[in-house]
Amino acid sequence: MADIAQDIPIAAQAPPARTTGVLGWLRANLFNGVFNSILTLLCLALLAFAIPPVIRWALIDAIWSAPSGQQCHGAGACWAFIAEKARFILFGFFPAGETWRPATVVGIFLVMILIACNRRSWGRRLAVVWVVGLLAVFALMRGGALGLTPVETAMWSGLPLTLILAVVAMLLGFPLGVLLALGRRSRLPAVRAICIGYIELVRGVPLITVLFMASLMLPLFLPSGMTVDKLIRAQVAFILFAGAYLAEVVRGGLQAIPKGQTEAADTLGLSYWQRTRLIVLPQALTMVIPPLVNTFIGMFKDTSLVLIISLFDLLSCAETALTDANWPGFYIEAYVFVGLIYWSFCFFMSRYSQVLEREFNRGKRR
Amino acid sequence: MAGEGASLGATPSRPAPWRDPKIRGIAYQVAFVAIVVGFAAFVVHNTLVNIGRQNIALGFGFLHREAAFGIGESLIDYSPADTYARAFLVGLVNTLHVAALGVVLATILGTLMGLARLSSNWLVGKLAQIYVETFRNIPLALQLFFWWGLLTKLAPGPRQAWQILPDVFVSNRGISFPVPVASPAYKWVALAFVVGVVLTVAMRRWARRRQMATGVQFPAGWAALGLLAGLPALAFVASGVPLALDAPALKGFNFSGGSTMSPEFAALLLGLVVYTGTFIAEIVRAGILAVSWGQSEAALALGLKSGQRMRLVVLPQALRVIIPPMTSQYLNLTKNSSLAVIIGFPDLVSIANTTINQTGQAIEGIAMIMAVYLVISLTISLAMNLYNRTVALVER
Amino acid sequence: MSDAKAGAGPVIELQGVHKWYGEFHVLRDINLQVQKGEKVVVCGPSGSGKSTMIRCINRLEEHQQGRIVVAGIELTSDLKNIEAIRREVGMVFQQFNLFPHLTVLQNLTLAPIWVRKLPKKEAEETARYYLERVRIPDQADKYPGQLSGGQQQRVAIARSLCMKPEIMLFDEPTSALDPEMIKEVLDVMTGLAEEGMTMVCVTHEMGFARTVADMMVFMDRGEVIERAPPKDFFSSPKSERTRSFLSQILAH
Repeated sequence: MADIAQDIPIAAQAPPARTTGVLGWLRANLFNGVFNSILTLLCLALLAFAIPPVIRWALIDAIWSAPSGQQCHGAGACWAFIAEKARFILFGFFPAGETWRPATVVGIFLVMILIACNRRSWGRRLAVVWVVGLLAVFALMRGGALGLTPVETAMWSGLPLTLILAVVAMLLGFPLGVLLALGRRSRLPAVRAICIGYIELVRGVPLITVLFMASLMLPLFLPSGMTVDKLIRAQVAFILFAGAYLAEVVRGGLQAIPKGQTEAADTLGLSYWQRTRLIVLPQALTMVIPPLVNTFIGMFKDTSLVLIISLFDLLSCAETALTDANWPGFYIEAYVFVGLIYWSFCFFMSRYSQVLEREFNRGKRR
Repeated sequence: MAGEGASLGATPSRPAPWRDPKIRGIAYQVAFVAIVVGFAAFVVHNTLVNIGRQNIALGFGFLHREAAFGIGESLIDYSPADTYARAFLVGLVNTLHVAALGVVLATILGTLMGLARLSSNWLVGKLAQIYVETFRNIPLALQLFFWWGLLTKLAPGPRQAWQILPDVFVSNRGISFPVPVASPAYKWVALAFVVGVVLTVAMRRWARRRQMATGVQFPAGWAALGLLAGLPALAFVASGVPLALDAPALKGFNFSGGSTMSPEFAALLLGLVVYTGTFIAEIVRAGILAVSWGQSEAALALGLKSGQRMRLVVLPQALRVIIPPMTSQYLNLTKNSSLAVIIGFPDLVSIANTTINQTGQAIEGIAMIMAVYLVISLTISLAMNLYNRTVALVER
Repeated sequence: MSDAKAGAGPVIELQGVHKWYGEFHVLRDINLQVQKGEKVVVCGPSGSGKSTMIRCINRLEEHQQGRIVVAGIELTSDLKNIEAIRREVGMVFQQFNLFPHLTVLQNLTLAPIWVRKLPKKEAEETARYYLERVRIPDQADKYPGQLSGGQQQRVAIARSLCMKPEIMLFDEPTSALDPEMIKEVLDVMTGLAEEGMTMVCVTHEMGFARTVADMMVFMDRGEVIERAPPKDFFSSPKSERTRSFLSQILAH
């Protein structure tokens, strides 16, 4: 056998017909084996059963405009309800004449988030953009300057409120989380114990209880006579809550830093804080960006709980819109509309975090 | 400390106190604790002053007073004449009830969906993916409102109830479903099952020992199936096949017979299961993917059959990856059951909320909720840690 | 070669140093003196405590008994002394431990800027000078992950040199390298030795030891077994344990 040498190259041949093309794909992916074929048929039956009624309801039989709720009850969806209530669901009690302000705020948030998603923008300039953006957001919401009518925080509602609560909770919860994570890994037992206690306590109880605490107990904690705005109370609750969760995310990053890094820093004579700021945190925080994005998604969804302390976020505004006696009973329409907003945001962010994670894994050196 | 005491001749000498890391460490800690304690004292002081002003008596005495509010559903006896303590207990039982059911069902749904996402069947994989990405990215509160709206506002009255399965009716009064008529046969079936479990464990030990000693394998899987399913079935047949079901039937304006799940409970359970199921699906999928392909190849190369490969190589490793995040999902589900308050299911938080509104005992009420959830969290973590340890040992 | 600089005392002195990891006695009564400009090579089987010993010299590990004096400063728990000693002692690790998120130049200037408080420009000039010395002047703006192992280790050496240390410690600097890269690192180390740097190297590179070392130290089970100039050490080791170690390491 050994003396056979192949000198004439073998021309590439087409693969057997059954492995490529549409039929081949169907064979390989849907009908490989009896069990899979049955599964495929079952799934197709389910789809055939479920999809046509949904399409009929949402599109074919839907009513797109109607003067009032009474004329909107038919076999299909009443999108006229959404057309009628969209402004309220999105912006809530913000004065109707000033709708451009919360709308701009939502726009600013979306632009800022899009900019932050671009990895090339990461750096000091991004921080400047965000600070300026947030100042603009608060100026627009609050008014009282630049000729804008003042609007009290009780009127802040809808999507802008949802975004403010989630974004501010992340931004201010982040430093808290970093400090807690460092404290949890401190060699000083008292510092460690207090940080662990805080983190585990907050993570062990439902967010609702933290919100109750902020709304019912915070007033008791403050010196008498001092009152705090309800929105700020809720915001504080979200920050404290986010801090505990972010602490665990950051801790994951800190644990992943090899011991050699701190030893090298020690050898060079860096102090604890220099080492932490220059060597440890930059590496640890980059590593945990994907889970940070996931925490942000969680916070964004969690803001929907503020309705129990009667703040009007996107979801509570939808609930309120449903109580209109002129437009009764359009539950599904309202929930689908609001659900789509939440969904698009969360879906986009989670896809982004998956892409980042894949890039990070590919770029991992050594 | 004593080991490095003064008796040793060349012990490193002590530096000035402000440059000694040990003393510095103590100083930092004292300062930190002082700040925390100082802040706590400030808060406590303010609270006492404020409470004094509002004439609220601090303490748990209110628990013995009459609650005077009704509770929609309860697994234990309760009437408005009972105490607040009893009301709390009702809430706790309701929370545990929905959480326990939710954990079991979410695990089943999540595992199925996670496996489905890995299926070689493209359609099955896609459908599972659509499920996961839809329900994961919508707030639970919204989903609860949706299911609750569907069950209470859009579902028809009992007379036009939707029949989704034979004898299972969905109406705005809840979900009515048949339950088997009580019969002594079930006791025998249960007993047979217990015997089956014991025999299975004994059989597996024996089979394992015999295999180790002689190399002869025993069809343990089939035998276990026989013992676990066969014995109860035998008992069922032997006691005369009591198939009678107590099915719900329309009597007047409502269903009677069978069992009925309130719309609130059904919506909460459905929401929790569907939402948590998405996370569990991702965990299961990631856990199985985390076992590197090399492991499977090595098992193949050793000539293990696919069942053995799964059981002996892949699962033990996957479980180790799966269990910690699974634990936190169970905890999340339990904590999320507190969202019951928004759809009016009387769970612990919702009853505590009512109590606080009636009595003004906010601090005590919230402290009680927190304590309960902390105990639940710690118990679940502890149980899962113990289980995790056995899995880790199996792997070694 | 072996004449210690007259007049000056030892720059490193270990007297009766003991250390325990829990119950495990890792260092047992270590006595060692290193004169200024002297090159000491420490060898021994793995787990013999040689790494632990040199890590005690700049306090990456704390010794529990005995005295360590470096550059005239006693190593106690006094933070000021630890800082002072770390400024005088450079260290090169087996795993390089470069900072992966910083460029080569930033790796080199980090400590001069933050610890020595040099202006950035000056720090960069020094850094470029030492990069030239370790023969990779053109890699300044790359990240460590883009360099080969040998290049990374040379950057690590340059990073230590930028702090202008009096003493350099090497903890198995070539053990993590592919064979073809060992030489480039050893060349740099030899050059450093020729310029009179005080060096303590833990290494198994016996060729390097023969040419560079003034003193060989053999450790086993936490003890210093033998201490001798390389000529005597390799030709006529006194201890049986040294002999068997040398026969194993030189066999292939």
